[in-house]
Amino acid sequence: MSFDVMIVGIGGQGTILTSNILGKACVIEGIPVRGAETHGMAQRGGSVESQIRIGQEFGPLIAPGSADMLLSFDLMEAVRAAHWLKPEGTIYTSREFVIPTSVFMQDFPAPTEQMLREMLGDRPAKIIDSRALAEEAGNILTQNIVMLGAASPMLPLKKESLQEAIRRTVPPKTIDLNLKAFEMGIDAGKN
Amino acid sequence: MVVQYLLGNEAIAHGCLEAAVDVACGYPGTPSSEVIDTLRMDPDRACKVEWSVNEKVAFEEALAVSWCGLRAICTMKHVGLNVAADPLMTSAYTGTKGGFVIMSADDPYAHSSQNEQDSRCYAKFARIPCLDPSTLQEAHDMVRDAFALSEEFSLPVMFRPTTRICHSKSDVNLGDVVVSERTASFEKNARQYVVIPAHTRILHQKLNKKQHALKKRLVELGYNRYEVKGKKAVICGGVGASYVREVIGPDVSVAIIGAYPIDEDWLREFISHHKEVMVIEELSPVIEEVARQVSGTIPVFGKMTGHVPYEGELAPDRVAGYLKAAGFAVSVTYQPAATPAALPVRPPILCAGCMHRTAMYAMKKVFRDAIFPSDIGCYTLGIQLGTVDTTICMGASITVASGMSLAGEKRDIVCTIGDSTFLHTGIQGLINAIYNGANITVVILDNRITAMTGHQPNPTTGLTACGVATPAVSIEAICRASGATFVETVSPNDLVTFIDVLKAAKALPGVKVIIARQPCVISEKRSRVVRGRYTVYQDRCIGCKACIKFGCPAIELKGGLASITDLCSGCGVCVQICPVGAIGREVKE
Repeated sequence: MSFDVMIVGIGGQGTILTSNILGKACVIEGIPVRGAETHGMAQRGGSVESQIRIGQEFGPLIAPGSADMLLSFDLMEAVRAAHWLKPEGTIYTSREFVIPTSVFMQDFPAPTEQMLREMLGDRPAKIIDSRALAEEAGNILTQNIVMLGAASPMLPLKKESLQEAIRRTVPPKTIDLNLKAFEMGIDAGKN
Repeated sequence: MVVQYLLGNEAIAHGCLEAAVDVACGYPGTPSSEVIDTLRMDPDRACKVEWSVNEKVAFEEALAVSWCGLRAICTMKHVGLNVAADPLMTSAYTGTKGGFVIMSADDPYAHSSQNEQDSRCYAKFARIPCLDPSTLQEAHDMVRDAFALSEEFSLPVMFRPTTRICHSKSDVNLGDVVVSERTASFEKNARQYVVIPAHTRILHQKLNKKQHALKKRLVELGYNRYEVKGKKAVICGGVGASYVREVIGPDVSVAIIGAYPIDEDWLREFISHHKEVMVIEELSPVIEEVARQVSGTIPVFGKMTGHVPYEGELAPDRVAGYLKAAGFAVSVTYQPAATPAALPVRPPILCAGCMHRTAMYAMKKVFRDAIFPSDIGCYTLGIQLGTVDTTICMGASITVASGMSLAGEKRDIVCTIGDSTFLHTGIQGLINAIYNGANITVVILDNRITAMTGHQPNPTTGLTACGVATPAVSIEAICRASGATFVETVSPNDLVTFIDVLKAAKALPGVKVIIARQPCVISEKRSRVVRGRYTVYQDRCIGCKACIKFGCPAIELKGGLASITDLCSGCGVCVQICPVGAIGREVKE
C-alpha cells in the first residue's frame, strides 16, 4: 500500500518541481517512491498531472478513484481531476483558475468560481488563496510551495524532510523565499 | 552506491556512464530525449555526445563507433527507429565490436506520438536481442549491462523502455561512473563490413547461428525469470509486469520477460506446470505468440482471445480487471471511480507570442481555401487554427504537398515544416518537389531550435549539444542550391510584410519557399530577451473579438472586452490585428 498523491495544474505551474520535492523527501526518509508525470508538448499550457506514490515499490500509476490526496494549482483542474480521489480523499487546491483560450475563441460559457466550488461536491476540500500568499511570501511563482505547505500535515512525510527536499530542489537563491512560502502554506491549511 | 530520486531517462543516462560509454548520439523524440539531454548537460561527462540530424544518421555513426571498438548508444523514439530501419536490419548481419546499444523508446497510448508501434517487433525482425525493463531500477541496470551483452555476441542490442519508464520517477540505486580507456581502431575486414551478396549470405547464416545461445544466455542473466505458485500463471513484460506484481493474487505464478528472444524450452517448462496461462503485455502480442507456440493444450488468455486490448497502455486497475475477467485471482479490488466532471478541455496550446500562431494566422488570411499539409513539431498545434490538414511523420509535409500537386489538385497547397524537421528529412522532399516541377508554397518555420521535445539545439542554432559554437546552417542557401528561385526570409511578427510575401508566393507558379524566422519565445525568455508587455485600452475596445480569434493565451475576454494577462511576451502582433487601435505597449507608472 502506498499513499497516492495526484498533483494537477497547467503546464508551467510547477507540478514536476513539487513532485520532485515529494520524491526527494521519500529518499531522505528511505521510503520507496514511484511517480509518473506529463512531459513534452502536452505541457504547453495544457492540463498536466504528476502522480506520486509514497511507499510504493511497483508501478508509477494511480488508479482512478483511489488517490489519497489531490493537490491542485488551479481550481478548474481540481474539478477535472476530482474523480481520481477515493471517496474519503482530501483536496487541496488553489482558489484561482485560468479559463482555457478555446472557451473564448469558441464563445463557450465560462465556468465561475461558484460553479467550480459546487462541482467539487461534498469531499473535504481546502481552497487556498495561494496567489495572495505567494505574493506575500515574495514571489507569485511560489504558489506551488504554498499549496505543498498547506497539504503537508496530511502527508506521511516529516516536515523536516520536506524542508530539506525544498532546499535541494529549488534554485539556491530562492531557498529562503520558498521555505517562507511553505510555512505560510502550513498556516493557511490550518484555517 | 547512492540512492537518488530520478527520472527514468536520467537513470538510463547514468547506466550508460557506469558502462563507460564512449559516444552517445540521437535525435530528440518524446519520450526518449532526456537521455542525451542528461549526458550533454553533465559537466563531468567523459563521453562524446551529439544531437544528430536524424535517427538514421545517429544510428550509422554509433555503429561506426562500435566498429572502431568503442561503446556507443544511439537514442530515438519508436517512430525514429523507422527512419533508422535501413541500417538496423543490416547491422545485425555485420555485427558489432564495441558494445552498441540502440535505445528505442515506445509510447503506448501515443501520449506524444503519431502511432503506437512496438519496437520489440523490429528487434525480432532484425534478429537482435531486445531488453525491456519493468522498473526504473531495471532500466538503469539493463542499459548498463547491455553494452557487455552486445560485446559478448557481437550484436547490436535494442533497449526498449516505454513512456512509463522514461517519464516516471523512482528511487534508484546508482553505481560509480567509469571513465573509458578505450581507443578507436578500425580493423578492415571486407567480409564483415561490405555487404555485397557473396558476403551477406554468409553473414546471415552467422546471425542465425547466434540465436540459440543468445536465448539461453538471456535466461542465465536473469532477465527472464519466474516463480511457480499455483495452477494458474501470468506471463508479463515491460512496465506491465510492475502492474501485475501490484495486483496479482498470492497463489498465481508469475513469469517476467525482460529480454528477447525468449527461450522456448524455458517458457514451455514454466507453462507445463499450469492449467491456465494469461499473457499481459502492452502493444503487440510478442510474448503471447511464443507462449502459444509452446503451450500445447494449455489455454492461453491474452490479446488474441480478446482479454487484453492491442492498443493503449496498461494500468494497475486495468490489469486487475483483465485478470478478473479471465478468472485469475487478484489481491486488490478497485471501486468504480466517480464520473469525471464535464469541463472545457485544456489541450496543449502554442505559447503566447509564438511565431507559429502568427505565421499560420497569416497563411489562413491569404490562402483561405488552400490545403495545408504539415509536419511534426510544436506547429502541429496549428490544427486548432485550421492550417494543419495532414501530419504523417517527420519530413512528410513537403512530400505530401508535392504529391497533391502531382495528383493535379487545383487548390493552393501550402505546407509547413520546422527547421529541425526540414534538416531531418525535409530537404529530400524539397529537392524532389523542385526537380519534378511541383506547384506548392513551402513555409519553413525556423525558430532556431528543436522546441517541442525540450529545446535541443540543431544545426540552425549555432551550438552543438555540448554548447560549443558551430557554423549555423543556411536554410536559404540549401533551398537555393536545391533550385528554388523564390526564397524569402521574413519574421511573421511583422505581420504586414509577412502577408505581402505570402501574396507574392500565391501569384507565382512552381515551388516557393518562405522562411518564417523568429526565435522560439521560450528560448528568448531563457536568454533574457525582454520586449515588454501590451495592454488593451478598455475605453477604446469595442469587443469585436478580432484579437480573441487570434487564439493567444495571453488575451482574455472580461465582461465582453479584451484584456491581456501577464502571460504576454511582447510580440506585438495583436496591435497589428486590432481594427480600432485599442492595443498598445504597456507603460509602467
